Amino acid sequence: MKSGLTRELICMRVAREFHEGDYINLGIGLPTQVSNFIPENMEVVLHCENGMLGYGRIASTEEIDPELVNAGSEPVTLKPGASFFDSATGFAMIRGGHINVTVLGAFEVSEKGDLANWMRLEKGIGSVGGSMDLICGSKKVIVAMEHTTRDGHPRIVKKCAQPLTGLACVDLIVTDMAVIEVTPDGLVPKEVAPGLTAEEVQKLTEPKLIISPELKEMEL
Amino acid sequence: MPVALLGDGHIILRSVNKIYASPESAVADIPDGATIMVGGFGVTGVPFTLIKALARKGSQNLTIIANSGGGRLPDIDLSIVMKNGQVKKLITTYPVYTGRTTAFEERYLKGEIEMEMVPQGTFAERIRAGGAGIPAFYTPTGAGTKLAEGKEIRIFNGRPHVLEHALHADFALIKAHKADSMGNLIYHRAARNFNPIMATAAEITIAEVTEIVEKGQLDPEAIITPAIYVDRIVIGEKHEIRFD
Repeated sequence: MKSGLTRELICMRVAREFHEGDYINLGIGLPTQVSNFIPENMEVVLHCENGMLGYGRIASTEEIDPELVNAGSEPVTLKPGASFFDSATGFAMIRGGHINVTVLGAFEVSEKGDLANWMRLEKGIGSVGGSMDLICGSKKVIVAMEHTTRDGHPRIVKKCAQPLTGLACVDLIVTDMAVIEVTPDGLVPKEVAPGLTAEEVQKLTEPKLIISPELKEMEL
Repeated sequence: MPVALLGDGHIILRSVNKIYASPESAVADIPDGATIMVGGFGVTGVPFTLIKALARKGSQNLTIIANSGGGRLPDIDLSIVMKNGQVKKLITTYPVYTGRTTAFEERYLKGEIEMEMVPQGTFAERIRAGGAGIPAFYTPTGAGTKLAEGKEIRIFNGRPHVLEHALHADFALIKAHKADSMGNLIYHRAARNFNPIMATAAEITIAEVTEIVEKGQLDPEAIITPAIYVDRIVIGEKHEIRFD
């Protein structure tokens, strides 16, 4: 199989979806790494549900403050104009529709945009965290994930087998193979990773993809 | 002397002098069967000193309400209370982590501890509601998922909402940055998280702080938790925070 994007390139591609002035929440895992790929001159504000607006990239060893961490409990830096608040306020911002973009990781996404990202049935326990609040309050939900599981099974499926985080909540899927929009008609790939074809992406995607004439190769 | 009434009918005295000399004295009257909120998110804003004192005190059959049941710093976080077998039930949002097995998880999978999993925003709002005298509320969060099963659903603006009930506790163990002698609290950066809301939702709130100053020494405009919510203050020990 041809190799797709690295995790860093997935993050870089996600960051391209941001617009000047956006308030953005980055979920645990791959999404928190996106903070390292936002262009320095781009004015966006990162929100963290543990009570912070305006944090920056992941902190270097010398910069670590144990009381300044992101959703994944990784030490981060602070930008001018930042603010702190409690968790109830943090989630009121989310539920109240004040967050423009949420980026989440996933185990599975369905063709209808259903998301499963908090529990694997075979493990018997999971951690829901803030994901269910984020998907129902944010204006745009982006999933950043590997296109397949470690053993090569599609993560983009007809119907999620794992417990749901939310129904029809995902707007855009960014993987190592493609950028795919969830539309009322189905899944529409917008871009494929350099060197890959739509057919190759389809082979590792369970539902039928709708190939649009605008489909292009991702520019990195 | 004012008193506090715990869920099981226990009566606890509220001391007028809120400053306690030791963490042991601050938790000495936590009875078996108590419901306890514990602040913190990951390793930040966690009242490690009070958790260790609770483990030494050894109260049994506890219901713990905390964002996680410990596991990032298992020698000082709630893992020690879980390992001790002191906990009957955990109400939580984030009990397991990728790449490590927590003491809670081991006991839960053996059927030794009950768990109630709550979406984190609902968890925060249930605590806020508990402190604000709101018995229940509807939220869109979790509708259509496993976590809404068995709960009342009502449609608002064409969208399903889940009825969620307030959380209240007998004790809250919280971490703040500074207190004044009245019990007013300020926090440091992202260590605030669940601590200010938990302070409002318990009969007895015990705050672990790094410094206690005289009343009047904190700017009234800057106070995050007003003293009315705080019953006991104790100086916390310094802990090494590792990120691994």
